[in-house]
Formats: sequence, C-alpha cells, structure tokens
Amino acid sequence: MRAFIDFYNSSVGKKLIVGLTGLLLISYLVIHLFGNLLIFRADGGEAFDTYAEVLPQIVVIRIIEIGLFLLFILHIITAAYTWILNKAARGDAYKIQKKNETSKVTSRTMFLTGSIVFIFLVVHMRQFWFNSRYEATEGYSMFEVVRATFSNPVYGAFYIVAMFLLGFHLKHGFQSACQTFGIRTKNYVSFIDLIGIVVWLLIPLGFASMPLYFLLYF
Amino acid sequence: MNFTLKIWRQQNRTSKGKFIEYQAINISPDMSFLEMLDAVNRDLTKKSEDNIAFDHDCREGICGSCGLFINGRAHGPQRGVTTCELRMRHFVDGTTITVEPWRSRAFPVIKDLVVDRTAFERIIQAGGYVSVDTGSAPEASSIPVPKANADEAMDAAACIGCGACAAACKNSSPMLFLSAKVSQFALLPQGNAERRIRVQQMVKQMDEDGFGLCSNTYACEVECPKKISVVHIARMNREFLRAKFL
Repeated sequence: MRAFIDFYNSSVGKKLIVGLTGLLLISYLVIHLFGNLLIFRADGGEAFDTYAEVLPQIVVIRIIEIGLFLLFILHIITAAYTWILNKAARGDAYKIQKKNETSKVTSRTMFLTGSIVFIFLVVHMRQFWFNSRYEATEGYSMFEVVRATFSNPVYGAFYIVAMFLLGFHLKHGFQSACQTFGIRTKNYVSFIDLIGIVVWLLIPLGFASMPLYFLLYF
Repeated sequence: MNFTLKIWRQQNRTSKGKFIEYQAINISPDMSFLEMLDAVNRDLTKKSEDNIAFDHDCREGICGSCGLFINGRAHGPQRGVTTCELRMRHFVDGTTITVEPWRSRAFPVIKDLVVDRTAFERIIQAGGYVSVDTGSAPEASSIPVPKANADEAMDAAACIGCGACAAACKNSSPMLFLSAKVSQFALLPQGNAERRIRVQQMVKQMDEDGFGLCSNTYACEVECPKKISVVHIARMNREFLRAKFL
C-alpha cells in the first residue's frame, strides 16, 4: 500500500494512472459501440431490445460495470487533481503567451473537453442506464426509449456535440497515454497516430451516427 | 532598427513587478537580443537609471544562462536558438517587443528578468550523475556502446538546462530537461547501474520543487533551443515504470 501511495503521489505515477484508466475506458467504448450497432438491424429493434435486456442479467457484466464505474472515478479524480497541481505550478501567469504556436488546441483543452464529456455522461446515464435499470416497467423497450430520445432534436444535437468533443478529448488522450507508457518511440509514432484515428474519429463517429440516424429517418 | 520594449521590472523576490516601456534606438539587425539589451542598458547608465537585470554568460548558446520570454515565446520566435543567439533581424522594425522572465513557481524571480533556477540544480543533485569515478577516456573498444545509443545519448546530453521547457509548458513541467538527463545516462553502460534509483529520485525532486505534471502538449520540444526530442520523455516514462515494476 505504501508503494502505491508513493506511486500515486509522484507526478509520473498520476500520469500513468490517468493514461491507463483512459486506455481501459477507450476499450470499453469499443465494446459499447459494437453492442449498440445492433440498433441499425432492420428488425424494429428486436435484437437491440434483447441485447439490452439480457446484458444486465449476466453476473460478470454487473461486476465489470462496477469496475468501469471505479475506472471513471479514478480517471476523473486523478485528472482533476493534476489539473489543480498544474495550475498552481505556474504561479504568476505570463502577460503574453503564444500557446497556439507551440502546441495543439486539443492538448490544451483536455480538462474542458473532459468536463463537458462528464456532464454528457451524467445525462446519458440518467437517460438510458438508470431508466432501464431502476424505472423499467413491464414491456419496457430500450429501442423505443432510444428512438424517442434521439428523435428529440435538442437531445440529438447535444449527443452529437458531446461526441465531437469526445473525439477532441481522445485525439490528444490516446497518443498522450501511449507517450506516458513510453511506447510512443520514433519507430511507432506513425503507427500510434494511425490507431489514434480509429480511436478519435471512428468511435465518436460511430456513436454520433445513432442520433443522426433517428433524427433523419424517424 | 528601432523598437519599443515592454520589459518586466521587478525590484526583488517579494516586490510586485510591472512592465516598463523603453526605446531601443539605432539597433543593428546583426545584434543579438542580449546585445540589444546591452545597448538599452548603456543608455540607462548614461541617465543614471537602474539597469535591466538579465542572466547571461557564454553568449554562444551553450551555457544555458540566458532565457527570456520574448513576445510570448521562450527564447523568442526563432526555433532552435537561445536568447543570446537570437538576432534582431528576426523582428520587424518599429514594432513593440514584450520581454518577461520565465514564469514558474519553481523559478522565482530574483530581479527583473533574472529567475532562480536552483531547482534544476537540485534535480541534477538528486540523480543526474554517475557515482563512481569513470576515470579518463578509456580505450575506444573496451566498453562497447552501439552507435545508435551513443548518438541518442549525445543528443540528450545537448540539453543546457536553460529552463525553456518548463517556462514554455502550460503546466510548467520540466520533463524535457529531466528526461534528457535520464536518457543520457540510461543509454550508456556507465549510467546503467543507477538507472532505477536515478529516475525515481529525480522525479521525486521535480515534484518537491513544485513543478507541474507533463501532459504531453509537446510545447517544450518546439521551444527547446537544443531541439531535444520528446522521445526522451517516453524513455523516461519507461525508465520510471521499469524502476517501479520490473
């Protein structure tokens, strides 16, 4: 335990924790996206409803769910803690600093994009997870809830904007995590950037395609 | 060339500083930035006014003493040069140039543009050395070092410890400096024995000095006058993981 506290207290240790939890959360997003793609099956939502109904009945899934929750907490708390430490490290601010000339906007706005994605997450969980788990009545259809929600232009637009910002967050986050784990070496930079495109472009695009689909076709 | 300078003046560590405007008149385009400040200081001396304090030593880009935040950039707008190597021809005649000291809690201002960089000395003292006496230069083939390693260690050793990485970083993190020192030793056989303890102690010292955490924005790489690569930060992270878990 002492070793873990020392590790957590060190700056590099905290970065490794944010990076590791971030990478694990990305792997969750991939699984989440593949499952949700069932919504596009032209069977009136039957497959998707079955998927949504069966999934919580599997014990392993419920255990993973708790782990996932802890991952989010650890990621958010550690990242927020580093943000506070970083603010304090500057002391007096520069009167003029041309950050645009030296770094990318995605790398400088991680706290902002992360915060907005967090707000989205709370709304998203309330709308889909909490509803189906604790407020579901007889004949509850997840497909119908999704359709009703995404057909609402306000929620649909909110979802799409949040996915855009998630992409922004992941664009820096993925390669940054690879750097923190020391695997972003000269030979692998282009390979990591390639995988990164899948992460920051395809994952958010895949999620955004769902509200877009319901907004356009229903 | 003529310039209007907005220079940060601060009497001492505790006083509150402010920008004061000066005119730099008849400046040669071939002057270095520091020579331009010398010229301004000469005028101030003639008027019996307090000179602008700034750090400098070798004036050929190898000592790491000079370091000014010029127009919002560490060591000014040119890449790969220190403030002393920066020439006035890179500025537009007649414009205003803003000059600030490095700003970091770990680099407190001593006077005007001079900051206290002993935090870097403490980081070096924590592990930036080889404990045993390595003696004079050995026979070339007695300790085999792969050419690629020798080259990369040499690139890392080019770090002059000027502090631009921490100054430019939005988090005030000196990871480029620290990683260059860790890399330099980790890549060579002489540094191998202490690689675990070195990285841990240097990171610990960096944290104690109140520097921020690296968030991989890579601004340091852009601003480094010696063009040290962030590849060294990846290596340092690997070294840290290895020291903790392997």
